[in-house]
Amino acid sequence: MTSEIIQQLADGLGRGSEFALIALGIAVIFGVMNLVNFAHGELITVSAYIAFFLFSQNLSWWFIAPAVIVTSIVVSLGIEFAAFRWVRGASQFTQMLTSFGVHFASQALFIMYVSASFRSFDRPTWVANTVEFAGIRFEVIDLGIIGVTIVALAGTWFVLNRTLFGISMQAAAEDFDAARLMGIRSDRVIRGAFLLAGALAGIAAVFVLMRTGRADPTAGLTPLLNGVLAALIGGLGSLSGAVIGGLALGLIEVLLIANLPSGLVGLTNGFVFVLIALLFVFRPGGLFGVEHAERV
Amino acid sequence: MSVVLEVDDLSVSYGSIVAVRNINLEVHSGEVVGLIGPNGAGKTSTLGAISGLLKPSSGTIKFNGDTVTGKPPDAMLRSGLALVPEHRRLFGDLTVRENLLVGGVSVSAKDRERRIAEAYELFPILEEKADVRSGFLSGGQAQQLAIGRALMSNPDLILMDEPSLGLAPTLVDVVFELIEQLRSEGRTLLIVEQNATRMLNAADRAYVMRSGGIAVSGTGEELRSRADIFDEFVGNS
Repeated sequence: MTSEIIQQLADGLGRGSEFALIALGIAVIFGVMNLVNFAHGELITVSAYIAFFLFSQNLSWWFIAPAVIVTSIVVSLGIEFAAFRWVRGASQFTQMLTSFGVHFASQALFIMYVSASFRSFDRPTWVANTVEFAGIRFEVIDLGIIGVTIVALAGTWFVLNRTLFGISMQAAAEDFDAARLMGIRSDRVIRGAFLLAGALAGIAAVFVLMRTGRADPTAGLTPLLNGVLAALIGGLGSLSGAVIGGLALGLIEVLLIANLPSGLVGLTNGFVFVLIALLFVFRPGGLFGVEHAERV
Repeated sequence: MSVVLEVDDLSVSYGSIVAVRNINLEVHSGEVVGLIGPNGAGKTSTLGAISGLLKPSSGTIKFNGDTVTGKPPDAMLRSGLALVPEHRRLFGDLTVRENLLVGGVSVSAKDRERRIAEAYELFPILEEKADVRSGFLSGGQAQQLAIGRALMSNPDLILMDEPSLGLAPTLVDVVFELIEQLRSEGRTLLIVEQNATRMLNAADRAYVMRSGGIAVSGTGEELRSRADIFDEFVGNS
């Protein structure tokens, strides 16, 4: 019984780590621009097609994984350059519509010029492997995701708290105008936020693609929705909340799937939403809802 | 004394509402200049336009001889103009030292560290509280940090927006002592202040604003001695 729960926890943390990486990127951009970026999932969609293309060139995952991260960063910066910089200073509603516009334009472009159906590629052979510790069996990919996420979050913490750029970004997240009065260049901070969010989404994309092994025009939609939910659970504006929200969402999903009666497993998402709705009844701002962004 | 700031025919509007109407003002090097007047007179909007936070609807702003009208706040700071905003607007989640670091983002790493040391020398409490989040500082400490942060870029002109607003009377004394300290260092200051009596005592010159325009200007002493003007334009603030 105990070993089953530990396995489920590891599985939940593995899944939650993906959500946390995406949610943290969403929270970073929200902190700087006050924008829930619904175009964030396109980083995973584009990365999926790049992974498919590179795989078709017989390249290994050792090459594909870093290429996916670089792609995600470049696409993130590209979206900022091509879309968001033109509506900077516009209302939040306009900026959110812009993010929806990027999302739908990306989907339409892939449907028109690539294909509406999915393209599959081989997942790494070790993805399905398990290792045993103290009689408990863990999936290698879960351990890998948890380990990489810890390193990625530690790196993010270091950048945000130990570099002038990160401290400036936190300042801008807290009070954008006051930060500009200090001489912080808004363009650089916003580009930095998109770069960081792109890197985090890229790392998440590697694991999402290793699990699914497929590219399609909506590949980034489910990870995006989970990331937004995680950020909402943690409290929009809270960076640490985004991470904890992601982990909590992963754990809830896995624990429900593992423990619901078989006839109700299909309703897992429904139960998750009911739990989230209950959370918002008691804590409308999420677990760590704050008036402005806080440090990780 | 050379002219540091020259504002000509400046107007600022919020949609159809004109907040500042065709004002002219000058600040010379080493001066402490007050901008006083009742609520809604357009004082903060004037500072907003000078600091780059608001775009003027017309007029020109010259700083150190260069036309800087409409430049963004980060560019204004790099030109040598720093604003201590209303309510200080410290970064509450950042420590005192981190707030100072952010204030020095426009200077080299070496200068930044040197200026942090200077800020600690000027305001010793900031060194004591270096690792404390600024959200936990008292009003007086927070004001010292706000001024210390503005000094990090070694500006030619410091704008202060309502530095004594919301502070207890003893802390208001501290703020005006700080202003005096900055004056003795030869700093140039343009200060928006509702506490007209204290401001006129501290200022070399002052402009009195009412309904978006400059109603009258003169030395602190002149304005203090003209009870008619003082009562009509400033009231008992």
